[in-house]
This record gives sequence, structure tokens and C-alpha cells, in this order.
Amino acid sequence: MSSGQLAAEPSDFVVRDPEARRRLGTTLIALVILWPLLQLAEFRPAVLFEAGNLKVMTGFLAGFFPPERGPEFLGLLFKATLETLAIATAGIALALLIAVPLAIIGTRALSISSIGPGPDRWRGNVVRVACRALLTVLRAIPEIVWALMFVRVLGLGPAAGVLALAITYGGMLGKVYTEILESTDTRPARALLQGGSGRITALVYGLIPNAAQELTSYTVYRWECAVRASVIMGFVGAGGLGQLMDQSMKMLNGGEASAILLMFLALVVLADALSSALRKALA
Amino acid sequence: MSIVTHQLGLEHGNGFRALHGLNLKLTAGERVAIIGPSGAGKTSLIRLLGSALRPTNGRLELLGENPWQQSAAGLRQLRTRIGTIHQAPPIPPRLRVITAILAGRLGRWPAWKGLLSLLYPVDIAGAQQALARLDLADRLFERCDRLSGGQLQRVGIARVLYQQPDLILADEPVSALDPILADAAIAQIVAEAEQRGATVLASLHAVDLALKWFPRVIGLRSGQLAFDLPAAEVSTDMLRDLYSSEGSIVPTQANDPALLHALTEPLPEITDPKVVRLDSCRGRG
Amino acid sequence: MSDTVQPCTSRGAGDFCLTCLLTSAGLLAAVIASFAYLDIDFSALFSRESASGMGDFVASFFPPEAAPAFLQKTAHGALQTFATAAVGTLFAALLGVFFALPAAGRMGEAPRQLARFALNVLRSVPELVWATLMVLAAGLGPFAGTLALALHTIGVLGRLFAEAIENVPSTAELSLRQAGSGSAVAFLYGTLPLVWPQFIAYSLYRLEMNIRMAAVLGFVGAGGLGQMLYFHLSIFQQAEAATVLIAMLLLVLAVDAASNLLRGRLAT
Repeated sequence: MSSGQLAAEPSDFVVRDPEARRRLGTTLIALVILWPLLQLAEFRPAVLFEAGNLKVMTGFLAGFFPPERGPEFLGLLFKATLETLAIATAGIALALLIAVPLAIIGTRALSISSIGPGPDRWRGNVVRVACRALLTVLRAIPEIVWALMFVRVLGLGPAAGVLALAITYGGMLGKVYTEILESTDTRPARALLQGGSGRITALVYGLIPNAAQELTSYTVYRWECAVRASVIMGFVGAGGLGQLMDQSMKMLNGGEASAILLMFLALVVLADALSSALRKALA
Repeated sequence: MSIVTHQLGLEHGNGFRALHGLNLKLTAGERVAIIGPSGAGKTSLIRLLGSALRPTNGRLELLGENPWQQSAAGLRQLRTRIGTIHQAPPIPPRLRVITAILAGRLGRWPAWKGLLSLLYPVDIAGAQQALARLDLADRLFERCDRLSGGQLQRVGIARVLYQQPDLILADEPVSALDPILADAAIAQIVAEAEQRGATVLASLHAVDLALKWFPRVIGLRSGQLAFDLPAAEVSTDMLRDLYSSEGSIVPTQANDPALLHALTEPLPEITDPKVVRLDSCRGRG
Repeated sequence: MSDTVQPCTSRGAGDFCLTCLLTSAGLLAAVIASFAYLDIDFSALFSRESASGMGDFVASFFPPEAAPAFLQKTAHGALQTFATAAVGTLFAALLGVFFALPAAGRMGEAPRQLARFALNVLRSVPELVWATLMVLAAGLGPFAGTLALALHTIGVLGRLFAEAIENVPSTAELSLRQAGSGSAVAFLYGTLPLVWPQFIAYSLYRLEMNIRMAAVLGFVGAGGLGQMLYFHLSIFQQAEAATVLIAMLLLVLAVDAASNLLRGRLAT
């Protein structure tokens, strides 16, 4: 790589890698970008080994074993777990209240105006676009941000979590529902609409029979995600397992933290199993 | 002795016997061609002799050593002295030609040199020389997926020339080249072998190439030796007999079916990978 | 799923199906039980004073704070969030490769199981939980967020990388081993050129997700926009919070666009 080697006698052979300059340039640019990023991220691995931090951390981790098993705590843990499941279920139920009407209005599969050229065709399009935009806004902000804001208004507790889930998941479910309805065979629904039946009739008799399985399957899958999300939202005070975990960690109670973590992992596995069982039963 | 086999046999896991009871001796510097109909066991033999496969029967001695009685380090050492030219060059498509050629000496280089060479090619002149012998010098810094099948096959040959092994094994090394290029490529392999006293054992589809460049020709059929003779003593009847399973048509470059569909195996194409989104709860729908 | 005999069919709205009916009844009961258990006072929620309180709260976000000094602070927060995500993803990708090699079974069966177990644990613990732990280990600030993201992302990327390694043809690497090269170098020359485009694509996807996550990790003290949002909301400065929210949105959109562009160029 030394310049002496590169500046060899002129010969028939190319003796320099034409890529080298570009590679060197890319590397330099990468370093020039990386350096301020490391500064901004306050990347200082040394702090991990500072005596104070090390002591706190090892003390906390040492407390992980054995996990807390006192009956009083276990009761609390059980209640928090139930609360997490209830938040997820109630949140999805409310999300359906948002998603279903918006999906019915927003989907092109049930468009009456698209059947034939009508005077107010543009009106249908405007409504649909507005509907889709609303769904996008609803899911653009992560549920935990909604949760944080609802906690400010409603105070600590599961209500904030339920509403946050309802809004974000309403947006997500609504968007996916419209897509599912449009991707299934829309001819039966069209035929019904052309025959003069209403939207709801066309939906129930023309679209649902074909799309039902996919719709339920996606909803159940989202419920599984909601269980995880409701644990996470607990960290900003929206109740359930997350709130309990946040408290234990702030009090540096390793035994409780490890018990809650184990419970969380078990819950994730359980939700996974339950959701696949449900999907099978509803298939 | 470069290669000695005694009752060498290979039985695949499914019970199919690819080779049975081969006795061969190749002295150092000898050049031998293997011919025979497809399915005769040519590739299996080359893989056994390259220590890529372990024989199920018999004894095998390569460059004076039994590869399967060596320590791991000993086997590695032995393998650096054996160069194999594959029919479909096993070169990742995104690799540049120079990197693909320099990889020939990875076995002999210390690890740091191999690493360094990924950042900046350590022996540009050497790789260029090897490539120039196959008339591809201008493609040195090209990416391998920009080459045609024939060009890639020549890169595979250049890699082994650059490796400078004591034993060159070649499995249909010129199957994707037109007759003139094929002739020139074999000539380069032969020249390299003569210059350094290396042994060459090549399986060839085109019988005329085998007879022209190799003093000794082995006919292989159904995993057994049909004949093992000096090239001058191979008669037309023997060849017709050897290829009786293929309608007694003796393949030459003029009628080589392999030429028609140059490289049989398409290169593994790397396109935008299908990204599986793990924990896709994060995905917004 | 489709080849099993299905006890009930969803075809035709008039069809009757006992399993479906029972499951649906069970689900309805679960929903009712959930609301009952949570005991949320919805009447209070939608009462007139509560609704007007909510309206006031929403109105207090507008107009967003636009003082130059605050905008500058927000921009710094956004950069810090980006840096947290970028550095976290970068380190996760580098370490992910080291986990992926044993996890793909290159060092024998025991290391394979061990590496897979480690990756599963890293992935199962959510970033926010890692962040609370890392705030203890590294103190408040973006470094804790970087570590938290990196730990979770190692778990995700390590597994994806391992699968990528397992799924590419091994002929190139084997032929190098057959010519006597060592296993590490043979991997670098034979397999890495086949898998690195996938590695980069996975890492970019992950970066997009980590930007969203990094914006939120600040809630537990890991710096960036999240910490600003948490702070301003807790002292009821909604106008400032609105600015931070807008910054979050813009950051996410910008990174998505950039990542799409990069991936498009990579594919050629």
C-alpha cells in the first residue's frame, strides 16, 4: 500500500487498484460522520466501569437471584398481569370501534360511485382520501407517546393505556382492513351494489365471507402485539406489568425485577400460543 | 509419485457406488486426461483426489501423503499444494476478479495477509500476470457478476495458475469456452505444469482436446477403468465402445453438447433480499 | 392451514358453526370482563367537563413553540436521537455478525445452542426494559439509550444474519477450504461477499425501527427527543411538547426516505 510500491515503473500492467481512492474516500467520510455521532450519543464505554455505576449495577443484578416469591408480591404480580391482559383486550375492542367504520368508509371495494359515472363521484373520493389520511395520522404517533399524554390528562392507571392502544391500533387495523377488503374478490360485492343493495349488505354478503379469515387472523395477531405494547406503556404509568416493573427498577429491587421479567417472558409466550390457538379455532 | 490409489472406491450415502476398485499411479509432472460418458464418475474421482470427499474403500496417497491420516494442520498444508479447477467456478458474484484470483493463495498466506488483501489487493501484478495468460487482463478490477460464463471459467483457471499447486485437478475446465479459447486455456495449464513440474489430471468432455494435450488418457465408465493408455494408443473403436451408452458418438469440441448451454448451473443471483421483519409489531401495519 | 379439515367454514353468512359461535361468545365475555376488571369510568371520561378539559388540553398544544432558541434545542435533541439510533444499530450490526457465526453452526453444536439462546434472550427483552437497566449501568443520557438499542438489536440482527449465512450456497467457501485456506479467511472470501448485501439491508430496516424507538427511550431517561417530550409534558408545557412531537415525525419521515434511497442504490 506504500506509495513507493504504487509508483512502480510504468509497464503494460495497471498497478493501482482503481477502487482504492473511492474506498479510502468512503472510509474517511464514514469516519467524519461517525465521530460527531459518537459525541452526540455520548458514547463513553468507560462509564460502565466507573466504580459507582458498577456497584449499583452488580448490586441490582445480584438481587435478581432468587426472584421475589413473597405471597404479597405474587398477588400484586398476578393482578398486574391480569391488568395487562385486560388493557390489551379492552384496547383492541375500542380500536375495533374506530377501525371498522373507517375501514368501511375508506375501502374502494364498497364504493358505490365507482360503479358508474355519477355526478358526485369526486365526493366519494374525497371522503375516502380523508378517511385514509385520518388512519395514517392515528398510527403515525407511537402508542407510548399517546399513553404519556393520556396519563397527563387522566392520571396514572390503565385508562391511559386502553385509550392509547385504541387510537394507534385503531389506525393500524383500519388501514390493514381496507387493504384486505380490497385484495379479496370484490366482484360479489360489486354485483350486490349494482343490484341496488346498501353498503352494509354488500359488505356482509359480498366481502366478509371471503375476507373473514384474514380479518380475524390479523386482529388476533394485533392482540398479541397489544399485550407487549401494554407492558411497555406501563413504563410511563399506564398500569399493568410495566408500571410494576418500572417501580421495582427505580427502587433497585432486583428480586422483584427478575420475577416481573420472567412473568413478562411467560406472558409473551402465552399470548403467542393463545393467539395461534384462536386463529385456528376461528379459521 | 503424485497420486497413488489402491482399490479406491466411493459409495454414496444412498448406496450408489460411484467408483469401484480404481488403481492409478501418476508420477510427478505427468499429464493425464480422464474421458468418459456423463455419469461415469469423473467428477467423483476428481473430488476424491482433491481430498474434498473421503473414499469409502481403498487407499489414497496424494503427493506422498495419505490425506485422511493427517492432522487438521497437515491436511491443510497438503491441500495448499493441490489446486482444483471447477466446472462452475465457485466464486461469489460480487467479488472482484482480482480478489477471486488472489484467493488462490489464501492457504499459503498468513491470515493477516488475507485480511489486508480485502482492503487493498496485495499482489496486483501477480494476479494480472495470471489473468493475462488467459487473455483477460483488462477485466482485473471488474466484478465477477459482470463477466460471461466463459470469462468466469477462465478466472477460475487463473486462480489455480496463481495458486501454483504441485497437483492441478481440473473438472471440465473449459466446458464454457469456444474451441479456440478452450485450446488456448488448456495450453496455458499445460505450460504452467511443464514450467514447474506440476502434475495435471483433467476430466474433459471433448476427446480431441484430451488426445491433443495429454500424453496419457484414462477412459472411465460406470465407475471403473475402461482403459488407461498413452494417447497414441487410444483407438477409435475404444472410444466408440467407451461412449456406447451415448449412442457411440464420441464428443469432440465440434459436437460438444456442453458448449451449447455454456454454464449448466446459473450463478446464484443476489438481489434485494426478502427481509423478514422480526417482531413486526413495530411495523405500522 | 388450508389442507386440514376445517370443523367450520366461514363461507356464507348463513352457515352455522358451533366452534365459531362458542369462540365468539368467549371473546365477547373476555372483552366484557376486561372492561369490568379495569373499571374505567367512561361516563366521567366523556362527561361534559372532562370533554372540555380534554379540549383545553388539546388546544394547549397549539401553536407549537417556535422560539429560535427552543427550535435549536429541539434540533439538537433530534440529532441526539438520530445518533443514538445510528450508533446503536451500527454496534448491534457489528456484534450481530459475531453472534451470527456461532449461531449459524460454524463452531459446532454447543456454541450454536448457546449463541441462539443468548440471541433469544437479548431479543425477548424490550428496548425500554433494557433502557431502564442501562440507565442504572451508565447513568442518565443518550449512552444508556444507545446501549439499550444495541442490546435488543443484536438479538434481532444476530438471528437474521445467522439465517442469511445458513441460506447461501457454501460452495465458494468450501472450495477455498479445499485449497487449504483457514476457516476465517475462507468465510471472508467465500461467504461474506454473498451475505453482506443482506446484512446491510437488514441493518437499514432495523435503523428505521430504531429511530422510532430511540425517540421514545428518552421517557426513561435515555436522552434525545423523548426526554424532552417527557420533561415538557410533565411541567405542562404543551406548546414545547408539540414542537418536539413535530420534530419526531419529521425525523422518522426523513430517515425512512434516506433509507429507501440507500436500499434502492444497494439493489443495483
